[in-house]
Amino acid sequence: MPGSSDAPQPLEQIAGWGRHPIVPGRVERPEHLALPPGFEPLVPRGLGRAYGDAAVPARPGGRVVESTRADRIRSFDPATGRLHCEAGLSLAEILRVFVPRGWFPPVTPGTKFVTVGACVACDVHGKNHHRDGSFGNFVERVTLLTADGRLVECGPARERELFLATVGGMGLTGLIVEVVLHLRRIETPWIVLETQGMGSLEVMLEGLRLSAAHWPYTVGWIDCLARGRNVGRGILMRGRHATAPEAGARRVRRPARLRVPLDAPEWLLNPLFMRWFNGIYAWAHGRTLRRRVVSYDRFFYPLDAIAEWNRLYGPRGFLQYQCVVPRAAGVRPVSALLERLADAGAASFLAVIKDCGPASDAYLSFPLEGTTLALDLPYRGAPTENVLHDLNAIVMEHGGRVYLAKDAITRPEDFARMMPRLREWQTVRDRWDPARRFRSGLSVRLLGDPA
Amino acid sequence: MKVAFVGATRGMGRALARGLAERGDALFLLGRDPREMDLSARDLESRGAAAPVGHGSLDLARPEGFAGALDAAERALTRIDALVVTGGAFESQDDLSRDPARLEALLHANFTGTVLLCQQAAERLAARGGGLICAFSSVAGDRARRSNYLYGASKAGLSAFLDGLDLAYRDRGVPVLCVKPGFVRTAMTAGLPVPPFAGEPDAVARDVIAAMDAHRHVVYAPSVWQWIMLIIRALPRAVLRRVRF
Repeated sequence: MPGSSDAPQPLEQIAGWGRHPIVPGRVERPEHLALPPGFEPLVPRGLGRAYGDAAVPARPGGRVVESTRADRIRSFDPATGRLHCEAGLSLAEILRVFVPRGWFPPVTPGTKFVTVGACVACDVHGKNHHRDGSFGNFVERVTLLTADGRLVECGPARERELFLATVGGMGLTGLIVEVVLHLRRIETPWIVLETQGMGSLEVMLEGLRLSAAHWPYTVGWIDCLARGRNVGRGILMRGRHATAPEAGARRVRRPARLRVPLDAPEWLLNPLFMRWFNGIYAWAHGRTLRRRVVSYDRFFYPLDAIAEWNRLYGPRGFLQYQCVVPRAAGVRPVSALLERLADAGAASFLAVIKDCGPASDAYLSFPLEGTTLALDLPYRGAPTENVLHDLNAIVMEHGGRVYLAKDAITRPEDFARMMPRLREWQTVRDRWDPARRFRSGLSVRLLGDPA
Repeated sequence: MKVAFVGATRGMGRALARGLAERGDALFLLGRDPREMDLSARDLESRGAAAPVGHGSLDLARPEGFAGALDAAERALTRIDALVVTGGAFESQDDLSRDPARLEALLHANFTGTVLLCQQAAERLAARGGGLICAFSSVAGDRARRSNYLYGASKAGLSAFLDGLDLAYRDRGVPVLCVKPGFVRTAMTAGLPVPPFAGEPDAVARDVIAAMDAHRHVVYAPSVWQWIMLIIRALPRAVLRRVRF
């Protein structure tokens, strides 16, 4: 049978969404998730939207098991929104199938091209974290294929430790094959969106805090090129699902998708141009409060409208960076991060800022109560990495951490400092995968796995 | 529409069955593996197919079971508006050329079995007042190439049969659609070198559903393969001898 797992797979270049690093691997895309015969290490992979090395093989030529063809819905209960599906089902499919019936993913990251299995493995969060927490909060059960080849079910009440290690565990506890989660009821596919210009970081943080009380979705865009008294200047966005009267007679249109046909030249994203662009953008928006009704695609997934937008960063790719610092530390660490970025010669153009609610019980889950900042940096070798190590130093100093789904360069000792519960997680991993059958570029870099 | 579907569990068949389910069609699955069909039946119901989606046993290599399978579909659906056959065998040319038993099994399923099933179904549908037949052949049947002429031969025969079946039965209310997929990224083609213009199963499904609704007799999917095959069919033999595809 062609495509069966004993056939040698051709080598493919495997990278995260940031296109750095790139490692050749042998990819299987089975319709039934299974462990390949033998004991060769493997890395689970979904739609490849993790930015760094989370779904990149541990060594050149390593095995990759991609879940995207294992995408069947096992059951759906229209009374409760309980969805049982295979791990390769994407949020895009869930939206396509269930939005017309009045259901929405309980938590969604900034792209819908992400599998449910990856949402669990990264314990993704979204614009509603301050209210609802991360994806794992809505997961009733995960079925794992563990290193010994067994199918193990875990959840908040059974095999709880394995569950807490798997949620946010970056696919390193076993192959996630099925997930039971709970969708959210919505009245319409539309979002009531309010935007407001914010003149400084203090105002932005205060705006997020005040909005959090009444709005399920909040987020801010910060102009990283603004200096001096303008540091932290940006636009606050808050949204909620529209009611039927608010939505009126709007018709849902299939969003047009553009494609970036080739790698952009590196001069396109130059600081002067972006400074000008950000300035115009901020000026055009002003300080006024605007309110309108937009599609969920526009609100949650603006970048998904451009296929392969990662190519805009040119052939060398980019690093995405996301960190969170505890609220107790106040504004200071956030402004320190922004200042360090600005010092770096306008390495980043735009940052996304968001306040997070309480942390989850999952050992390696990223969000904690505080402020999170996410940004892209075009990859230019060591100087780019140094900027991020400096940012990490600020984050660590204030008891914060980085998000593994986006990370490609954090050092193992720094990561250990950021994650107070890493030991507990390792104990669980030792029990379920002592031989490290599940390995990735990330686990080699951060956890000392053999390549 | 009430559809009896052979091959809905995998690849392009899975995508096509989902497309039909999402517009609310009733489906009855036919195939070899009841567990697989059960999983797909639940998937299709969750996506909007008229519930329940039932299934019955059919093996393209065992024509003696066809009548019973069609009976079962008819019982479950009360009538059959369409028979879709996406099932079939695919193996690498290397395996087929070395192993006569595998070659025989492939020819038997892709040609003999599919022909016997569609012929029987056409007769039955015509007798009941009409219905549609949609079967998946392949661009590989349009012109033999050295790298897959064995699989291609099974599909060439099938294409010729479907072409004739449409001529014979369209006037009796049974239009026949021959689907000719080009290279499509599925588990079936995993590990093969991916040529330009490769398609995705979802896009193929959309094209096929449109062609079914329009009662066309042939559809290439993705449609660009219609033009590619026009060129390949026109290549002089001397050129085909030289190229390695």
